[in-house]
Order: sequence, then structure tokens, then C-alpha cells
Amino acid sequence: MTDIFIFILATLGAIFAMLAAIGILRMPDTYLRISVTTKAATLGIGLILGAAALYFGDFAVSTRVQAIIIFIVLTAPVGAHLIGRTSYFTGNKMWKNSVIDELEGKYDKKKHQLLSEDVKKQHQKEEQKKEADGRKKAEEDKW
Amino acid sequence: MSLHDYLYYVILPILAISSLVVFIRFVKGPTIVDRVVALDLIITLGIGEIAIYSIINNKPTFLDIATILALIAFLGTVAFAFYLEKRNKKDD
Repeated sequence: MTDIFIFILATLGAIFAMLAAIGILRMPDTYLRISVTTKAATLGIGLILGAAALYFGDFAVSTRVQAIIIFIVLTAPVGAHLIGRTSYFTGNKMWKNSVIDELEGKYDKKKHQLLSEDVKKQHQKEEQKKEADGRKKAEEDKW
Repeated sequence: MSLHDYLYYVILPILAISSLVVFIRFVKGPTIVDRVVALDLIITLGIGEIAIYSIINNKPTFLDIATILALIAFLGTVAFAFYLEKRNKKDD
């Protein structure tokens, strides 16, 4: 009975791992590649490790397997986010058919800061503020 | 076909060919970020291979190495992300 479960888990895990490998080769864009590898590989490796835990049926082994699975599930999104962020900041371009780029114009390349509004608008606001301050000073000087 | 044969002649080759396919992207990768992602995926597939191998040889001790590989994969990705971003700052 457990053999059948091990068959199913190992097969599903291998299929997901293979899909991740095909995805990283065929996807047109770095960001899509990161997305594919994070999700499919995590699921595939989790299933294969589950098959190993089922095969040994030992408390010590299944605890170890749980630790590995939890660690991978926790760290895969963090690593993918960090590397995707770096990829965006180093000026990696998106695929030409991408629908939306929500960070467009919000990254200040000179200061290396990510703003919640457009960089150009921010600069305009700062200039307007300076002008207003200058006018106030001029008026105060008149008096 | 016993479980041992199935794992040895079907699952392990699938994982090995997947690693090879990822290695193509590792060599080809237009940017360095692609290479880092491919390296991460190769190590993750290595964890799966170790798990299957520990079932075949009936040695659960191999899973300790899988833990260490998972740690190294995460550490490598984070370090590469950190230093690539830093390197870009110096260039300007």
C-alpha cells in the first residue's frame, strides 16, 4: 500500500521538477523564469521528499524531511524576490508582450531608491517647493 | 517492476535530464541573474536526486546532505543578489 503512495508521490514530484527545468529553458524573460523555478521546483522537491519520508516511516527521518520542506518553502520566495529585485534594478528588460510594469518610473537610478510615485513627479514637486520657498524669502526681504 | 527499479530507471533519469536542461540555461543565460536562478534550480534538483538516492540505497543519512544543500542554495542566491545590486551602485 505504501509502495503505491511512494510511486505516485515520486512520479508527481519528478514531473513537476521536469516542468520547472523545461520552464527555465523555454520562458522568454528572466522574471518569468524566476516565477516558474520558484513554484514548480518547490512543489516537485517537496513531493519527492515526502516520498522519502513515507518510505522510511521513521520518526527521526520524517522530522528531518519536514525541516527540509519547511526550509525550502520559506526561503524559495524570499530568494526569488531578492534576485528579481536585483534583476529589475540592474536594468533587465521585460518581455515585449508583458502587460503591465507597475514599477515603471518609480525607481530613482541616481539615488537607488524605490518611491511610491513617479520619480519625475517627485522632482517636479521638489522644484515647486523650492520656487515657493524662494518667493516667500523674496517677499520677506522686501519687507 | 519493483519500486527500486522504478526509482532507479525512471525517476532518477528524469531528474538527471532536468538538471542537464537547466545546465543549458546556465551556459546560455543572457544575463547573470539567469545564471544565478539556474544555479539555484540545479541545487534544488540535486536535493531531489539525493532524496531518491537515499530511498534506493536505504540510507536516511543522505538526507542530512540535502539539508545542507538547501541552506547553501538560499545563501548563494541571497549573496549574489546583494553583491550584484552593490556592484551596480559603484558603476555609476
